[in-house]
Amino acid sequence: MSNLVYDDDWLKGILRDVRVIAMVGASAKWNRPSHFAMKYLQGKGYRVIPVNPGLAGGVILGETVYASLNDVPGPYQMVDIFRNSEAAGAICDEAISLKDEKQISVVWMQLGVRNDEAATRAETAGMKVVMDRCPKIEYGRLFGELSWAGINSGIISSKRLK
Amino acid sequence: MTNQPKEYGLETRAIHAGSRPDATTGARNTPIYQTTSYVFDDVDHAADLFNLQTFGFIYSRLTNPTVSALEERIANLEGGRAGVCCASGHSAQFLAFFSLLEPGDRFLASKNLYGGSMTQFGVSFKRLGWDVDFVDCTDLEAVKAAIKPEHKALFIEPLANPGGVILDTQALADLAHENQMVLIADNTMATPYLFRPFEHGADIITHSATKFLGGHGTSMGGAVIESGKFDWVKSGKYPALVEADPAYHGLSFIETFGDFGFSMKTRCVGLRDFGPAMSPTNAFNLLTGIETLHLRMERHVENARKVATFLAQHPAVSWVSYAGLADSPYHDLAQKYFPKGPGSVFTFGVKGGFEAGVKVVENVNLISHLANIGDTRSLIIHPASTTHRQLSEEQQIASGAGPDVLRLSIGLETADDIIRDLDEALSLT
Repeated sequence: MSNLVYDDDWLKGILRDVRVIAMVGASAKWNRPSHFAMKYLQGKGYRVIPVNPGLAGGVILGETVYASLNDVPGPYQMVDIFRNSEAAGAICDEAISLKDEKQISVVWMQLGVRNDEAATRAETAGMKVVMDRCPKIEYGRLFGELSWAGINSGIISSKRLK
Repeated sequence: MTNQPKEYGLETRAIHAGSRPDATTGARNTPIYQTTSYVFDDVDHAADLFNLQTFGFIYSRLTNPTVSALEERIANLEGGRAGVCCASGHSAQFLAFFSLLEPGDRFLASKNLYGGSMTQFGVSFKRLGWDVDFVDCTDLEAVKAAIKPEHKALFIEPLANPGGVILDTQALADLAHENQMVLIADNTMATPYLFRPFEHGADIITHSATKFLGGHGTSMGGAVIESGKFDWVKSGKYPALVEADPAYHGLSFIETFGDFGFSMKTRCVGLRDFGPAMSPTNAFNLLTGIETLHLRMERHVENARKVATFLAQHPAVSWVSYAGLADSPYHDLAQKYFPKGPGSVFTFGVKGGFEAGVKVVENVNLISHLANIGDTRSLIIHPASTTHRQLSEEQQIASGAGPDVLRLSIGLETADDIIRDLDEALSLT
């Protein structure tokens, strides 16, 4: 994967502050990565609202699907992008334009998705940006669960996990 | 962006990585979770676990908390992304290849390997439709000439067993990558204290944790570690990892798990369907062993250097193959890749050939005659009559295990005692 490095405490802060996530590219198919991530994050107490123009008006995992970020009734703090790196640019710009109205503070691009120009635009607008990471995997890593699958969390601590 | 994450030294990580205090009890050492299975919260939780939609424990054939701690510990020490532990080093090799190969596939392997691996690759793998071509990896031109487009992996022991040979890992990694295939490096002989293959281009590391990692000759174990840096999609050689997997309802491991997709496939298909799981008690013993890895390896290397130097001057010894000696043809590579010392396993030749070799192993008193390496105890074996007996004499010589060869694994006893023991046994040849 990429050589992007994010501080663990900074990522933890994002995952602690965010409560509602708009997931662009959410799939209704149970074996797609976005469906995995949505279900996992719901299990951790997040509200995840699916955004997918092809499925608008339908329901995924109990949540109504919206056609665009603009259609999602706010507030939501994070946009999670399950689209390719190029498409992420326009979605990022939409998130920037809706930042105040919807109270969006984080743009998160999935594993394999990276758009440095869009990231710079969002950061300049005062937003936090994470690229080429999955919030499900990062949540699991930072809160101990990923170690259960033999992943190197990089965490050294003499304190018990709370 | 943000600050760099905190870095800890290898010694700290050898003690702490993977082993936070137990979340429920606060137990400081990692407990032995001697359980086969784990309760589900409800049917939906069970379904999520079986579908890999959430992380958690189902059954100890797949995951066990004590084994997980060891997996993270080894992955961390190697600087890898993820690890899978299993019953032995041999099962680690099997699982690594199972995740990469289809029936009818070929791979390349170094000629300088543990004899058991040559048999596993050359004989038993054939029955699964996996074909190997052995190549002299000390000769980069020979490797270049041997690589064919259909090869899907290059497997090496950077510090080879039975001893003395060091490969140019970075150059071999470059050759593998030019041909879109992974370099698998078995790091059993060196351990991450002496050598970290991922820093020199390897993509996958296998271990027999039975040896120096555990270090005390008590527990069998293996590990497969991935760097997380190989681009499986771009390579195009590994459809089983990239495309929808029929063993998991059409899930793509790389798409779903990204840079640890290889490890998830190795665990969730290889371990699940073939079953070579590590026992939690062995994982505990191996974790305890690793806590002193840095101290032990330092002394292993120091003792090996003393014994090799002694043998090189002994009248009954015709040669010593230890890359730590100045006259070794691998001395330069040892300086480059093994600044802390090229391990403690090496070979030497006795002037009296096969019979003299047998005499030495039968007349040592302190050194143990057995088929293992990487123990606190010093060990000796005559490969031609034991570990390498399945091979032809030509193959034996090619893998550094000819009839006059004795292999030593130098332990942590008083160096002078090891030397005296060898001197006494050699005087009878």
